[in-house]
Amino acid sequence: MATLFGSGIKRREDPRLLTGRGTYTDDVKLPGMLYAAFVRSPFAHARVRSVETKRAKKVAGVVAVYTGQDTKDRVNPVPCAWNVPNCDLRTPPHPLLAYEKVRYVGDAVAMVVAESRAAARDGVDLVDVDYEPLDAVVNPEKATGKEAPQLHADVPGNVAFTWKVSGGDPAKTFAEAAVKVELRLLQPRLQPTALEPRAAVATWNDAMGQLTLWVTSQNPHIHRFLCSVMLKVPEHKIRVVAPDVGGGFGSKIPGYADEALVCFAAMDLKRPVKWTEDRSENYKVTIHGRDHVEYVELCGTKDGTITGLRTRVYAGLGAYASTAAPGIPTILHGLMYSGPYTIPNIEGTVYGVYTTTTPVDAYRGAGRPEATYLIERLVEVYARKIKMDPVVVRRKNLIPKDKFPYTVATGITYDSGDYQGALDKALGMLDYKAFRAEQAKARKQGRYLGVGVTTYCEICGLGPSQVAGAVGFGGGLYDSAVVRVYPTGVVRVYIGGKPHGQGEETTFAQIVADEFGIPIENIEIVAGDTEATPQGWGTYGSRTTAVGGPAVKLAADRVKEKAKKLAAHLLEASEADLEWKDGKFVVRGSPDQAKTFGDLALMANVAWNMPPGVEPGLEASAFYDPSNFVFPFGTHICTVEVDVETGRVKILRYIAVDDCGPQINPMLVEGQVHGGVVQGLGEALQEIAVYDEDGQLLTGTMMDYAVPRASQMPKIETASTVTPSPVNPLGVKGIGETGTIASVPTVVNAVCDALAPLGITHIDKPLTPATVWAAIQQAKGGAR
Amino acid sequence: MIPAAFEYTRARSLADALKAAGTRGTKVIAGGQSLVPLLRFRLAQPSVVVDIGHLPQLQGIKRAKQGTVIGAATTYRDLLDSKLLHNTHPIIAETTAGIGDRQVRNRGTIGGGLAHADPASDMPAVVLALDAVLTLQSRRGKRSVPARKFFKGPFATAMKKDELLTEILLPFLPQGAGTAYESFEQAASGYALVGVAAVVAVSGGAVTHAAVGITGLADTPFFAASAAKLIGRTPNKEILRAAAAAAVEGVSANEDIHASAEYRLHLARVAVRKALTTAAGRAG
Ligand SMILES: Cc1cc2nc3c(=O)[nH]c(=O)nc-3n(C[C@H](O)[C@H](O)[C@H](O)COP(=O)(O)OP(=O)(O)OC[C@H]3O[C@@H](n4cnc5c(N)ncnc54)[C@H](O)[C@@H]3O)c2cc1C
Repeated sequence: MATLFGSGIKRREDPRLLTGRGTYTDDVKLPGMLYAAFVRSPFAHARVRSVETKRAKKVAGVVAVYTGQDTKDRVNPVPCAWNVPNCDLRTPPHPLLAYEKVRYVGDAVAMVVAESRAAARDGVDLVDVDYEPLDAVVNPEKATGKEAPQLHADVPGNVAFTWKVSGGDPAKTFAEAAVKVELRLLQPRLQPTALEPRAAVATWNDAMGQLTLWVTSQNPHIHRFLCSVMLKVPEHKIRVVAPDVGGGFGSKIPGYADEALVCFAAMDLKRPVKWTEDRSENYKVTIHGRDHVEYVELCGTKDGTITGLRTRVYAGLGAYASTAAPGIPTILHGLMYSGPYTIPNIEGTVYGVYTTTTPVDAYRGAGRPEATYLIERLVEVYARKIKMDPVVVRRKNLIPKDKFPYTVATGITYDSGDYQGALDKALGMLDYKAFRAEQAKARKQGRYLGVGVTTYCEICGLGPSQVAGAVGFGGGLYDSAVVRVYPTGVVRVYIGGKPHGQGEETTFAQIVADEFGIPIENIEIVAGDTEATPQGWGTYGSRTTAVGGPAVKLAADRVKEKAKKLAAHLLEASEADLEWKDGKFVVRGSPDQAKTFGDLALMANVAWNMPPGVEPGLEASAFYDPSNFVFPFGTHICTVEVDVETGRVKILRYIAVDDCGPQINPMLVEGQVHGGVVQGLGEALQEIAVYDEDGQLLTGTMMDYAVPRASQMPKIETASTVTPSPVNPLGVKGIGETGTIASVPTVVNAVCDALAPLGITHIDKPLTPATVWAAIQQAKGGAR
Repeated sequence: MIPAAFEYTRARSLADALKAAGTRGTKVIAGGQSLVPLLRFRLAQPSVVVDIGHLPQLQGIKRAKQGTVIGAATTYRDLLDSKLLHNTHPIIAETTAGIGDRQVRNRGTIGGGLAHADPASDMPAVVLALDAVLTLQSRRGKRSVPARKFFKGPFATAMKKDELLTEILLPFLPQGAGTAYESFEQAASGYALVGVAAVVAVSGGAVTHAAVGITGLADTPFFAASAAKLIGRTPNKEILRAAAAAAVEGVSANEDIHASAEYRLHLARVAVRKALTTAAGRAG
């Protein structure tokens, strides 16, 4: 029988989603439902003198108005759940509704609950808040300065943590190095922009003391836990349902005050309550990503051997420490400073800094794009300084393929890789030499072509749980599956993850269909409802295929083992004499002596004739905890032409060669690469969250925040190499974030390469025409 | 994004519409592409919104004696589809194709856009270059205002509070004229960082007519009168470059997070040069 593993079948979730028949949180409508709207601070930093709700309460349809004073003793603050050790982490309380101080534009001070969305919104306009404005600070480096306003009483200098990583002897290496290069890099804030904004609907069964929350979540089990903490309701009395979720990119991992307050109102008023974010609210209060100011250095020999890397990073956390925030610029960033290279001496210092801005947390790639970017920019500048081709320098320093598993200077161990293989393939697709010749010719005609190359590897498939515990992650990082076979031979698989665009309803069914030899139509993957699914840790960090996939495979294996016992019993043969062939257990040598999966499903479920000591039913669960992370890798190449008159960057070709091990569904892999690259091109070329000095978000709508559009995107040429991971039984690695991780430096490298003749070594992203043009003017001025 | 409460009615006649225009607290709506966002942000809070988008008196594209007449409530979509306009003023379709997206063009109207007078919208540059004449009507009567006297500032026009824009007359182009629209878009909004419309007629190798309208650059879209100095000259590279520099000379340019004033001025020079070059190439 042909296997489905490896076949690019169409996504099974798409007919529902593309014809508008999905169910998103905002589609949930309950009888008697009320609507919540929030009064949000227009100031980045202010003392809250008073909140007057009288006028709002008089609005027709308004049922209740809650302030921070009303809620502070009845709920707990939003918890930070990644307590990174050994960095003196300070996570001051983040009240659900601010009552003493507001610390960013959008910080909620009151909640209006009404019979309609419109009435709730009208009520918001009539809540009178008396603020005493305080100074704002939006830049994480500046926030550590003496002059900067202090956000939290017990966080001197606004420094939430000082985290260090080191390996080898960086001080000596840098002191003695023949060549050193250094850069100051900005990795601006980004606004995640999931198509579906956040939303929550809560209902409270007072008699049972049970809370049900529908919420846009990447990890409903984590939200159940966080709600339990914030609301003081025991975990077994909370059901969290994440129905269809329209994208997250990390922004739907954290626990937010909003959904907890919706629950609080439902409990207090004993009626269902709904809240749906609008886009302006989304841009103000849903987490942002990145926000680094980096001072980075690299040293090496004159002939291209990299010997050391050092960083000093100011990572903006925004006003409060969001759920996973401390782990992003540390564990998921600093530990990756070796990239795909053998860099023996590494030292990094990361300051997590509070600023009067929207909290920052995981955004597609979460820490690794920032690491890859700084490494790849440094390698490029180093190569130029020693007058070597950057590809030659990269090749010289890549970890050789026979050295895996390979432990880098930061102490983590990469599972498997063939970095040269991916590099060769990508260079072949471009014909690198020919492009260099074309570039030289174009330069003579006054045209500026450039090529950027990134060789990368990244850490994902977040697990194992033991490591999670050791690095202070407030949860496990295993995942889970229950495979339940019905009497008629059809199957439901309940998973602990929560796919929200990645396509596991398809790929996991492919795994199970192969395992049982049944049509994929007979299998349904169920995710997102804590009432139905086993404890799991959610979909982020490209972990669902690499950690949840093996759980599905293991549970299915267990079902099959039991089915085999039953088959042997029914066929009066020994298990050793059975073979699995074409979807049946067959007695070796007697092809007519066979039991199909369907036969066994029925016989196990009716249990008329079970083997002695074997329980009825056909179902199994598995909790899979990997032995290590997985490390996908690859090479991206981009060629550009820069119009030096206008600063406009045109992408000529974009080539992505990625290795995520064996591909369950190559079409979905390609889709993830496309999406990731597009997001990275947005970051490289046009996306940036801008605050003014007063902490006002100037990119608060889509009129000013430049999410990439289809018409702005180039064709993306994808290819892959296949290097299995020894970490999990499927050999698979994550592919959800590689595109974002690799594409940003690739584009910036290409533009800097194009402009090298003008003496430009670096331009901070995003490379908008205005920015590139200004850099060109500056370079020309300098030359004069 | 919930607007404050308002009453919505559809005008049954032009008289209804004119009455609405003259009533305090009332706003007319055509395609709603600019007004609805304002309502949703509660930046506009009228108590009554009167729909004029469907009125036949405000629609259609007709040939008249002096030129082509466009009803104010004609959608961008209809402009794109009009054979008549393709023949008489191809710059309209060239510009319209770059406005918003399909949904915006299906609903948005030329009159709504001009009346709204967003200083970064595209069409003002075109009506300035074409020397269009706008008909403004109120219950007090009708008057004609040249486009070149219509735009008074950001979101401000020569319309009186009780007036509606009813028609836009595009005079026929001079004999042998070529036109072009050149813009640089702001990546997020798609509006013009700078947009330039040019009309150039050439006879016997020399320019006989030249007009340039510029949007996005300053707080008001404007007609660059200096372009007329091209008349009598050969439209070569150097001359057009100089004309481009002259067109933006002394302009106080907008500055925002998307572009500095210096960059906008630079882009404007590039856009004027390119628009003039293309228009001259199409002339004859
Ligand atoms: C997503 C999006 C993208 C866009 N992109 C672009 C772009 O790239 N370039 C560009 O130039 N524009 C762009 N626009 C703006 C668009 O061109 C205008 O919104 C549209 O033309 C306005 O016309 P309307 O009929 O929708 O006006 P409405 O929104 O109905 O009205 C706008 C204003 O004009 C008034 N009004 C309407 N008709 C009349 C009339 N006949 N007389 C007097 N007053 C009147 C209304 O009272 C209101 O104040 C975009 C808009 C959107 C939503």
